[in-house]
Amino acid sequence: MADAKAPEALPLPPFSVLIAGAALAVAPHTLWVPFWVNVVATALLCWRGTLSLRAGKLPARWLLFLLTLISSVGVYLSYRTIMGRDPGVILLVLLLFLKLLETRARRDIFVVAFLSYFVALADFFYSQSIPTAGLMLLTVFVVTSALVGFSAPQRPLVDDLKTAGRMLAQAGPVMLLLFFLFPRVQGPLWGVPQDAYTASTGLSETMSPGSISGLSASDAIAFRVKFEGTPPSRAQLYWRGPVMSDFDGLTWRVGLPQLRRNIGVEPGGPQADYEVTLEPHNRNWMFALEMPTRIPSTARLTTDYLVISLTPIRSRMRYQMSSTPQFKASGGANPQDLAMALRLPRGFNPRSQALAREWRESLPDDSAIIRRAIEFYRGSRFEYTLEPPLLGRNSVDEFLFDTKQGFCEHFASSFVFLMRAAGVPARVVTGYQGGDTNPVDGYMVIRQADAHAWAEVWLAGNGWTRVDPTAAAVPVRVEFGITAAAPKGAELPLLMRTNFGWLKSLRNNWEALTNQWNQWVLGYNPDRQREMLSWLGVQPDWETMTMMLFWSVAGTLLLIALWLLRGIRREDAVQRAWLRFCDKLARAGLARASAEGPFDYAGRVARQLPLRSDTVRAIAALYVDQRYGPAADGDSIGRLQRLVREFRP
Amino acid sequence: MNLDRVLQYSQAYNFYRWVFGRHAPEPGVVFLSQRRVYILPTRHGLIFGVAVVLMLIGSINYNLSLGYVLTFLLAGLGIVSILHTFRNLAHLYVSAGRVEPVFAGDTAQFQLVFENKSGFDRHSLDLACGEAAANCTVPACAHRAVNLSVKTEKRGWLQLGRVTVATRFPLGLMRAWSYVQPDMRALVYPRPDTAPLPPPHSEADSGDEISIGAGTDDFVGLRPYQDSDSPHHIAWKASARSDLLLTKLFTGRAASELWFDWEHLPANLHTEARLSRLARWVLLAEERGLHYGLKLPGVTVPLGEGLPHRERCLKELALHHG
Repeated sequence: MADAKAPEALPLPPFSVLIAGAALAVAPHTLWVPFWVNVVATALLCWRGTLSLRAGKLPARWLLFLLTLISSVGVYLSYRTIMGRDPGVILLVLLLFLKLLETRARRDIFVVAFLSYFVALADFFYSQSIPTAGLMLLTVFVVTSALVGFSAPQRPLVDDLKTAGRMLAQAGPVMLLLFFLFPRVQGPLWGVPQDAYTASTGLSETMSPGSISGLSASDAIAFRVKFEGTPPSRAQLYWRGPVMSDFDGLTWRVGLPQLRRNIGVEPGGPQADYEVTLEPHNRNWMFALEMPTRIPSTARLTTDYLVISLTPIRSRMRYQMSSTPQFKASGGANPQDLAMALRLPRGFNPRSQALAREWRESLPDDSAIIRRAIEFYRGSRFEYTLEPPLLGRNSVDEFLFDTKQGFCEHFASSFVFLMRAAGVPARVVTGYQGGDTNPVDGYMVIRQADAHAWAEVWLAGNGWTRVDPTAAAVPVRVEFGITAAAPKGAELPLLMRTNFGWLKSLRNNWEALTNQWNQWVLGYNPDRQREMLSWLGVQPDWETMTMMLFWSVAGTLLLIALWLLRGIRREDAVQRAWLRFCDKLARAGLARASAEGPFDYAGRVARQLPLRSDTVRAIAALYVDQRYGPAADGDSIGRLQRLVREFRP
Repeated sequence: MNLDRVLQYSQAYNFYRWVFGRHAPEPGVVFLSQRRVYILPTRHGLIFGVAVVLMLIGSINYNLSLGYVLTFLLAGLGIVSILHTFRNLAHLYVSAGRVEPVFAGDTAQFQLVFENKSGFDRHSLDLACGEAAANCTVPACAHRAVNLSVKTEKRGWLQLGRVTVATRFPLGLMRAWSYVQPDMRALVYPRPDTAPLPPPHSEADSGDEISIGAGTDDFVGLRPYQDSDSPHHIAWKASARSDLLLTKLFTGRAASELWFDWEHLPANLHTEARLSRLARWVLLAEERGLHYGLKLPGVTVPLGEGLPHRERCLKELALHHG
């Protein structure tokens, strides 16, 4: 190795820049790593900084080895493993700072720089937002400046920054071409660690009191929808999610999903076509407006009319769908489903059971019972609140007759219980209700706070029919959204409150930008790539992409090269023409002597070739003029080139 | 003949000549044209490439869109750095500068002059020729002279070997280099030994006819300065008081004219020892302002004094054959 020589002192300015770059790469990780990691990392950084400033001696190898070992043990104690994503990233961060402590030679500089790039990459496990991207750019810029500084230590720092900036600007077009044209492969290539997809907020497979009201404080976006044409009215915006039939007295659960072959929905009105961009939620379900009539080819429909993907959704997903807001879902409810939709746990909620029995005995049919129940909800002065009181064992009884305060899950749960007790097949449907259209880009945004639960009953002849007891009890919830329905002073997400007009418009702009970012940068996957190439009229196979990529990158590099080497070519042309002239004469036996100046040479040649003497002297004069004169001009160069080209000794 | 011309313009031929050909020194100004500048990734550049591939695999595996952005940005940076490194070296003009003669064993300073006619600076050019190495930066539209210190061993002409001019600027991921063989040689004098000047009556025969006359031992008076007088003998203080430049006159038994004769050296001295001895005497004689001449087999340098004379004598010694 070339670095085996005695280590030379590293120049301080670029080294400080390198430390800054490493710190920038690590900065976003400080938000999630265990506290002790932050302490250790800060201590290591301060230690290195002090050593640099005081030109102190770097710690011995054994000490660093010991520190590495202790760090690994610390990570193990925190996570009970050192494999996996989070422990791996922490080890990478600690390794980077420990490496800084043994940075002696040129080789170590590169190790630190490359480790910084890796740490910056690891940041994307946790966030891929626009600010994260900005921070990544800054990190790359600073680390690159440090590399420039090390390759030319005497330069002022500002010049290093300029060079790095210029190089990044030139790398930009290459990056864009690679990003859009590099043939994409859908990951993962192999099994990813279990903790790669931590639970994200959203609906789950179970529903118990409090599980949906817990989401109502979350501003997070569940999905975005772009309608073709006018969207249906707000009261029709029921986004269907997991359907729950299994009740144990406290918690509702989804059953085993069964796929259905036909769609089995009769449209009762106009269809709505739309595109959903779904945020990853690590579950299989995909949200559709009730009821879906056309689903993506990669998706499946369950007997519950739930659209599911075959794999958990772990990256942002985009799909086209059609739905019909007025429908008749009469197709195929099998006897098992209906039996399931009548099952009740024994010995719960006696008062409700008694009420339901009374309805069954006094009323002629199922639809009369449903109407009666809705009247019951409408007339009982229920209070819609995000902080309902805790309920005991007979939760439905307590809610319906005592506390009368609840959230949509209380309404849906109690309604379905009443229906089942009265012998009407019913089930709970969870999902989202509503959605706000962003006036900036026309996308409808559905947030976690829009999570909702409603009921579905089976009516012979009409099929599964949606009944929303929340709408009956608190109509504003469905017509105007949660903000209108919740009592004043409730803990709503800051940005959902109505009294911050300017804040809302700021957020609309920011979210429209984020949406573009999601659509074009984060959501750029193999499908999107194919779409874009088809739109450009190009065959979207990898051979074509590779050829396009190759030629476009080559063309870009050629342009950059021409830009970089500008200003050299013209002078070169003069010298080239002169050398060509000398070459022609040399072939005729009149080679220029090494010490001979242009005029002496021309004089000698002119004596040897009297017929050509004028041309020869003209060429020499032009050459000397252009090469040593104050400023070259294009015409004279052209004349010189022509004379040389036509010259025959 | 014709085929040869065609071949000369092909890269394969250039490569063949570069690998197997004997590299004749190039006179005059050498232009580092694009065809003369080679470029390959450094070891760090290769590691960088591997790192970028790993990052790409990671981005695919975890579906990190921004990971693609970072990976491709770094890839772009690596590719662009090829152009920058190449540009940092290509289109420079290299010419031979001065070389002072040195005594064997000393280091000869070969001066190379770099001329940058382009509008941007050339940073961190590394020059290497055997053991010798140097580093320089040539600002835009400027000349820079760089000295390559080459350790000398033998007397005679020392031809500067093939010089490698290389650069890793700006990122250190690429190394561009070019070979230059300027037509430069340093004259290496024999290393003088430590012998004293010979007494006038010993082997170094000074001639009978000049046993009395102007010498260098005892001061006898002043006379007007003549062109051939050694500057050592100018009486500066006395000259300051008079209108004329005055030369001090000495008498002594040691004659002012010394002949250093190869033949009169002890017979057991071999050639190099003789040359070292003679070189020493030339130096001492010049230092003391004597008139001296040199007789080598086949060459005679007539009596004289002054630096050009000394250099002529030393050159004859350096280039002595036999």
